[in-house]
Amino acid sequence: MTQRLMGSSLPRTEGHSKVTGQARYVDDISFPEMLYGVTVRSPIARGRISKIEFDPAIPWNEFTIVNASDIPGRNRIVLIADDQPCLAQGLVNHAEEPVLLLAHRDKQLVEEARRAVTLDIAPLPAVFDIDDAIAEKQIIWGTDNIFKTFLVEKGDVDSAWAGAYAIVEGEYHTGAQEQLYIEPQGMIAQYDPETGITVLGSMQCPYYVHKALMPLLNLPPEKVRVIQTETGGAFGGKEEYPSVIACHAALLAKKACKPVKIIYDRGEDMAATTKRHPSRTRHRTAVDRDGKLLAMDIEFTVDGGAYTTLSTVVLSRGTIHAGGPYACPNVRIRSKAVATNHPPHGAFRGFGAPQSIFALECHMDRVARQINMPPDEFRRRNFVHEGETLAVSQVVREPVNLEQLMNRALELSEYRLKRERFARENETSIIKRGIGFASFMHGAGFTGSGERSMGSIVAVEGTKEGMVRVLASSTEMGQGTNTIFPQIAAEALGIGVDAVEIVTPDTSVVPNSGPTVASRTCMIVGKLVESACLQLREALIQSGLLQPDYSPEDFKRACSEYVERRGMLKCQSQYSTPPGIYWDDDKYQGDAYATYAWAVYVAEVSIDSRTWETRVEDFVAVQEVGRVINPILAMGQIEGGVAQGIGFALYEDVAWREGRMVNNQMTNYIMPTSADLPPIRVYFEEIPYEYGPGGAKGIGELPIDGPAPAIVNAIENAIGVPVGRIPATPEVLMQAMEGARV
Amino acid sequence: MSDRASATVLFTVNGRPQSMTSHPLRRLLDVLREDLRLTGTKEGCGEGECGACAVLFDGEVVNSCLVPILQAQDVTIITIEGLVQNEKAKLLQEAFVQCGGAQCGICTPGMVVASWNLLERNPLPTDDDLRSALSGNLCRCTGYTRIFEAIKIASGKLEQAAAK
Repeated sequence: MTQRLMGSSLPRTEGHSKVTGQARYVDDISFPEMLYGVTVRSPIARGRISKIEFDPAIPWNEFTIVNASDIPGRNRIVLIADDQPCLAQGLVNHAEEPVLLLAHRDKQLVEEARRAVTLDIAPLPAVFDIDDAIAEKQIIWGTDNIFKTFLVEKGDVDSAWAGAYAIVEGEYHTGAQEQLYIEPQGMIAQYDPETGITVLGSMQCPYYVHKALMPLLNLPPEKVRVIQTETGGAFGGKEEYPSVIACHAALLAKKACKPVKIIYDRGEDMAATTKRHPSRTRHRTAVDRDGKLLAMDIEFTVDGGAYTTLSTVVLSRGTIHAGGPYACPNVRIRSKAVATNHPPHGAFRGFGAPQSIFALECHMDRVARQINMPPDEFRRRNFVHEGETLAVSQVVREPVNLEQLMNRALELSEYRLKRERFARENETSIIKRGIGFASFMHGAGFTGSGERSMGSIVAVEGTKEGMVRVLASSTEMGQGTNTIFPQIAAEALGIGVDAVEIVTPDTSVVPNSGPTVASRTCMIVGKLVESACLQLREALIQSGLLQPDYSPEDFKRACSEYVERRGMLKCQSQYSTPPGIYWDDDKYQGDAYATYAWAVYVAEVSIDSRTWETRVEDFVAVQEVGRVINPILAMGQIEGGVAQGIGFALYEDVAWREGRMVNNQMTNYIMPTSADLPPIRVYFEEIPYEYGPGGAKGIGELPIDGPAPAIVNAIENAIGVPVGRIPATPEVLMQAMEGARV
Repeated sequence: MSDRASATVLFTVNGRPQSMTSHPLRRLLDVLREDLRLTGTKEGCGEGECGACAVLFDGEVVNSCLVPILQAQDVTIITIEGLVQNEKAKLLQEAFVQCGGAQCGICTPGMVVASWNLLERNPLPTDDDLRSALSGNLCRCTGYTRIFEAIKIASGKLEQAAAK
């Protein structure tokens, strides 16, 4: 029929508009009479609002001013729990919490006005630390400061200690991390009493925003319309927070009866929006004389911030990944998401897994050291194989060969040679070199029964011009949706990609294919695109307008004729669980994910023992992600994820003071520049996955899981003392060295 | 800036002379985006750190968020929209698409401007040249590898074109 589309590096669909500056992001869009909106936020972490003062120097009568009493419906940002106000009323529970909204046609003046509002807030004692939250120093949320706990049990951990050859304990910490998409968050809202509210902006999940706007404004679904604009990076940071900005813009637009645009500046975006959950993990591990794991007892705790947002599901993914790709007979994982008075932490690529995998993979090296076994040999003896079970008692039913991934990664990085050479050279060198690795997996799609209850829908439609339109709420945010969906559709239909058009996500036009999160767009939604296309093809063949051995031209003619004669050619496909998948939500056991991507990453570092600055010198990423649909886009995902992981491991340090981020600038919150990164060498092993489109699995989050533990293992290899904490800044390494000297 | 100080500034943008009466401290970035509707130049940080707002200012790469409009008097400015008119720069833009040098695209206009300027000054950049020339342009999506590849491919094509 046509050329093979799957597996070829078709250029990005919207690439031309991006490289020429024509792509329209939310801040590039204006409407006549549009006002600019700003948010007045709490300067302190917890307290009671007693008074709001307006400086008389500002002409307030020209402004639209919105507070909680202007909300027509419920003052909540609806997501999972129902605890986050849209605008604080009475109490504030975190710094930067929105209290008041202002809008004016003059962008400069509205900024001055924001500074001319003084919130008088009587402080209440606040909690900023996981231990203080658990100790209930202050009750700041619910009855016990706990958003959620999970217990995973496999075998009998407590009976395993007695027969152990060695028992190794460790504690590991990860810090908050800012997503730092280069396009700050923003929304434009327009209100019309007849048609309702229309919101457009930068987002991952149009239907989350839709769901939040309805109860806030007391509007039925058909009177709420959400449209995604070109989105300049997201990484999870535009999963839940856009609902907040959309709700704010909508309230201002409704009151002003004019379009209102809210664009955050960088400082506001960094301080106020969600970040990766800080975490603490404790491991206690028993091994036998042969280096086989006997028991893993894991305690995983994340700081959720002041409101629930997505903490319960972040905790879930982190919990399930905490046991890693190992077959250990006895596992117990106890996990908690606790409330503090930090701004709510939220979705960030990896979603809890990078935290628990960091701890586990550092700990695996530590156990290996304790029993005097090379880290690769220790892992080889414990890797999970087909037919064996993971921590959540999930039987691995796919061919997984972690040993092969590891061998390849270690060879490509010259791991063994370098380990020997560095050990020799480090004795006399000021620059200490090290090499380390991590082996890990990442589950694609929603956890547990999530995909089944979501029931995502994709529609495809033939046009009278003979084109095929794909309708889904899955967004393009740089990762490649708009390029791989046409590849999948065109391949299924036997036509060219040019004959496929992706419809802009607009809730008044596209069905709900679920949020663009959880490495699910390619594997889950892409599969729906494929199956809807196969139905459409079948419908054309059944109609007699298309013969089974058709050419793309025949398809075009048949499609066109079908639409001319019958008015419409539309098929839709809804998610159904692959056979044999079962998850028990009460016991937290079973098929947590339909499949996993598997990987081994190796990092080589150099550390200047005078400044304790670390540089990553080389990076090898070997992974099995099913069939690769578009190699250039896939490599771009891995390279970008590794770069973010290097930032997470070494540089990106959120400085908190009384619950406020104080380094909320690109000048002092350091993400990797082109001068900071090593060559990132990416390799794929391809084992087709039966239930993914053309055999593909999810890929987007996997690459953020491995770099941090690989780097810290390399650092520990170089300096010979335990670190166990990221970001591993010079200060952290210095303290680790001093701790070792005592 | 609610005081009404104003200045008239004459400058050239993408080959067209412009006369702007504006507050003298107004950012060049805002004049380009709001008054001239040249929205290809992006704002990422507003403090000269990310390079999304990079434009050519008499042939030098500057962050337009740090330039008060008064400083643009008699200056020749080229934005991403101006590079689109340049046949040679188009090769670079095409290479970005081909190599996967653009993902979310928000840093791309600034990245293209900075790399075009590098190629004009240094037609055959080494990896080290690339690393240092682009270290003022932050990209959160790519890890920079594919951007470097795009520039190297464009460099090769430009050399070929020059040899003909």
